[in-house]
Amino acid sequence: MTTAPTTSTGDTDHGRRVIIAGIVLSLIATPLVIIFVGPILPPGNASKQASEQVLDNTVVLGILTPVISMLGVVFGYALVKFRKAKGAAITDGPPLRNNNGIQVAWIALSSVAVLFLAAFGTYELLQNGSGGGQGPNPIAVPSGPKLQVQVIAQQWEFTYRYPSYGGLETSQLMLPADTDVELHVTSLDVIHSFWAYQLGVKADANPGNDNIAFVQTKGPDTFSVRCAELCGLWHGYMFSTGHVVPATQFAAWVKQQQHIFAAVHKYMPNYATIYYPNPQRRGG
Amino acid sequence: MSTVAVDVRPPLWRRLVGFNLLTATLLGIGGWYVGWFAAHGVVGPSLAWFGDVDYNEISIFLAYTCGVLGFLIGLGFANYPFARLRGYPPSLREKETGGMGRYFGLCTDHKVVGIQYLIGIGIFFFVGGLNAMLIRVELLRPTSQVWPAGTYLTIVGVHGTMMMGMMTSGILGPFGNYLIPILIGARRMAFPRIEALTFWLLMAGGVILETTIFFGGFPTGWTGYAPLSIQSYAGMDCYILFFALVGISMTLLGLNMIVTIVTMRAPGLTWTRLPIFVWGVLSTSTLMVLAAPVLIATLMMAMLDRAAQTTFFIAAGGGSAYLYQNLFWIFGHPEVYVLALPGFAIVLELLPVFARKPLWGYRLAVAGLMGVSLLSFFVWQHHLFVSGINADLRPFYMFSTELISIPTGFTFLCGLMTLWRGQIRYTVPMLFCLAWFFNFLIGGLTGVFLSDTPSDVTTHGSFFVMAHFHYTIMGGLVFTFFAAIYYWVPKMTGFQLNERLGKIHFWSMFILFNLTFFPLFIAGFLGQPRRVVTYAQNLQFINDWVSVSAFLLGGSMLVFLYNFVKSLVFDRIPAPADPWGSKSIEWQLPSPVPVHNFDRIPVFSSDPYGYGEPSAPVIVPAGAPAGSE
Repeated sequence: MTTAPTTSTGDTDHGRRVIIAGIVLSLIATPLVIIFVGPILPPGNASKQASEQVLDNTVVLGILTPVISMLGVVFGYALVKFRKAKGAAITDGPPLRNNNGIQVAWIALSSVAVLFLAAFGTYELLQNGSGGGQGPNPIAVPSGPKLQVQVIAQQWEFTYRYPSYGGLETSQLMLPADTDVELHVTSLDVIHSFWAYQLGVKADANPGNDNIAFVQTKGPDTFSVRCAELCGLWHGYMFSTGHVVPATQFAAWVKQQQHIFAAVHKYMPNYATIYYPNPQRRGG
Repeated sequence: MSTVAVDVRPPLWRRLVGFNLLTATLLGIGGWYVGWFAAHGVVGPSLAWFGDVDYNEISIFLAYTCGVLGFLIGLGFANYPFARLRGYPPSLREKETGGMGRYFGLCTDHKVVGIQYLIGIGIFFFVGGLNAMLIRVELLRPTSQVWPAGTYLTIVGVHGTMMMGMMTSGILGPFGNYLIPILIGARRMAFPRIEALTFWLLMAGGVILETTIFFGGFPTGWTGYAPLSIQSYAGMDCYILFFALVGISMTLLGLNMIVTIVTMRAPGLTWTRLPIFVWGVLSTSTLMVLAAPVLIATLMMAMLDRAAQTTFFIAAGGGSAYLYQNLFWIFGHPEVYVLALPGFAIVLELLPVFARKPLWGYRLAVAGLMGVSLLSFFVWQHHLFVSGINADLRPFYMFSTELISIPTGFTFLCGLMTLWRGQIRYTVPMLFCLAWFFNFLIGGLTGVFLSDTPSDVTTHGSFFVMAHFHYTIMGGLVFTFFAAIYYWVPKMTGFQLNERLGKIHFWSMFILFNLTFFPLFIAGFLGQPRRVVTYAQNLQFINDWVSVSAFLLGGSMLVFLYNFVKSLVFDRIPAPADPWGSKSIEWQLPSPVPVHNFDRIPVFSSDPYGYGEPSAPVIVPAGAPAGSE
């Protein structure tokens, strides 16, 4: 591999100039971005997992800001400084073909950034699954008692079952405040995705699969539920609103719902982790 | 057939008889009905024309298969095998036919195929773009207004499928086919008939995808997830057949490119002297050859599930919806890099010309291209982070996905260092290349949010993803596609493109592209899912902004179209042989390049980037026709 001819003093000046400018800009921009943009990053603070995702998004943005700053400065400088003057004859630039130092530094820096991001992401993920669906055998399980709620997706609505309240089934998701919730997401027909935006929960609903996600609610709140996987004709209308309510209010709501549910209870299938439609539906 | 110049050409009707597009279209339609009625004869007594499409997939599959076969026979693809079977000697006679007729049929001249690709893909690109406009019309309001829900999903699906299917060959088709033999000092591709076949398969596929509207469209988007695809109406079959044809076309195209590059390089053209564009084509072709067959197999299974009641993807019958998702993304993620890598290569190929410097870090650039294509096979499950499969593998896929940013970064470093201390000329192709850096930086860095599993829980399946891949594919591929058009079309046609209109096109496209797609990151962050016909009220301002901007972006494409037609059809200002002052070999040939490229095969003694190196020998093809240098 050819090595570069010894860098002229001019080059060193250009290089030093942009690196210093880039570092200065990074040092200014990064804290500003973390302080001012970080808090408005999604999905908010409605649950522990949501707060963690905000932290994670902030960290990623914090890593990316210096990258953008440095590259922006270097590119901007090059595009302005090294442009051919208007009307000047076309001349060749210096035939620099390589510089091992720059290559090694670049590879080292990008590797460090990648390793840090992967390590931090893994650490965050293994805390409690970050609200993502983990399949039937979750690996990141929060300790302590959890309220089980089953999310049954079908074209084109979600229904919710509460196995600890006699398999109570409702069309509205109601959760008690300050509780660890274990969501079991499944589907009756095609792939859906249960997305409780403010809670920071997203888990695909697959037919024949029990997809478990964890969320720890905070104070009373309202959240929107949308299907996040294209599931057919009325996919765009598959949304509803859920509520996090104080424990006492939740208990009252359960009582009321059980009263309504009692009439249809005997026609419902027993609680199970997965259901198959019967007869199997086919044809559109 | 005699090639002697004849003064009196036969009348038009006589020239229309023969193996050409007209015959092919007629035979294609005829074949369709043959297959349709044959299948009805087997499957059921009904001879209804369109009445029973909902429950007779076999008829549709057979009809389209026969239609495609008829189309290919009409074009003359059966002539050569039959001639050989009957004992005639091999020849490339298809190449000799002159005139405009070459562009409307089977032609084995790689330059004709390149131009066919450019126009053919261009047409479908505009059709796909028009679909995007229709999507944005609907999204002006938060509730369903213009299109019924099913129509909306079909528009979304056709837009996505058309773009992802057609544009896979967006650069390798036109510019790969046209330039690869020239750049490696050959007179043709290794398999010229297969080269022509890839183009016509793609065109047949494009028409098939459009005919989905006769069968109710399809609701699955471009991913075609089962089991939704299994329960959908007959329009789904068009999606399956289109993508299968694209898969076949991609495999053959990639195979042809690899064989050509490996075996047909001129003397002296060692691996380290190859233009970086050739390396880009090689890495892309590797992906095509390895990934596309998975797609074909997957769609075969989907086809069987639909037509023959198998249950590969149906959980209740012992299959799994995960199987489809995994197989699709084993193809799908490399496919995304099939779209992106040629862009890298074009940027690195053009920067040295307009910075007047050698390509910096040639080996690093090659390592970057090859590294990306290798790693792209090991990241597919990041599309399934929240799907509930293999939860314990998520850290691995997070890591491998982020790892891909290292070889991608090589392209940035090499590009940046090539610009450094150069003599940068802001020509239209150069502007498009520089825009690539901006767009791909945003596209790549937003990809970090998606690769990071906890962040992905927020952004997965939202408009954030949509904005991300429009930045990488439209910002990465389409911008470099236009760079390549402005750079190479003067060579391909022999006519200049208008520089002023080109600059208007660039600036309007660059600004409007960012105004269109950047707000979509915010919409995604605020919780708007992809592919929905309704959205939350508070997102209306962003969506209206994006829609208006998207319409103007469509208008910017019309500027290009106007420029293209005006310059090439009406103005016809002859282009000099080397308008950019490039040292690459294609510019040492006259414009347009003569049929046999070189009178004698050239001998290479260096790479084409010897700017500022007085001792670097300029590649002169020995005995090539003199260009007007």
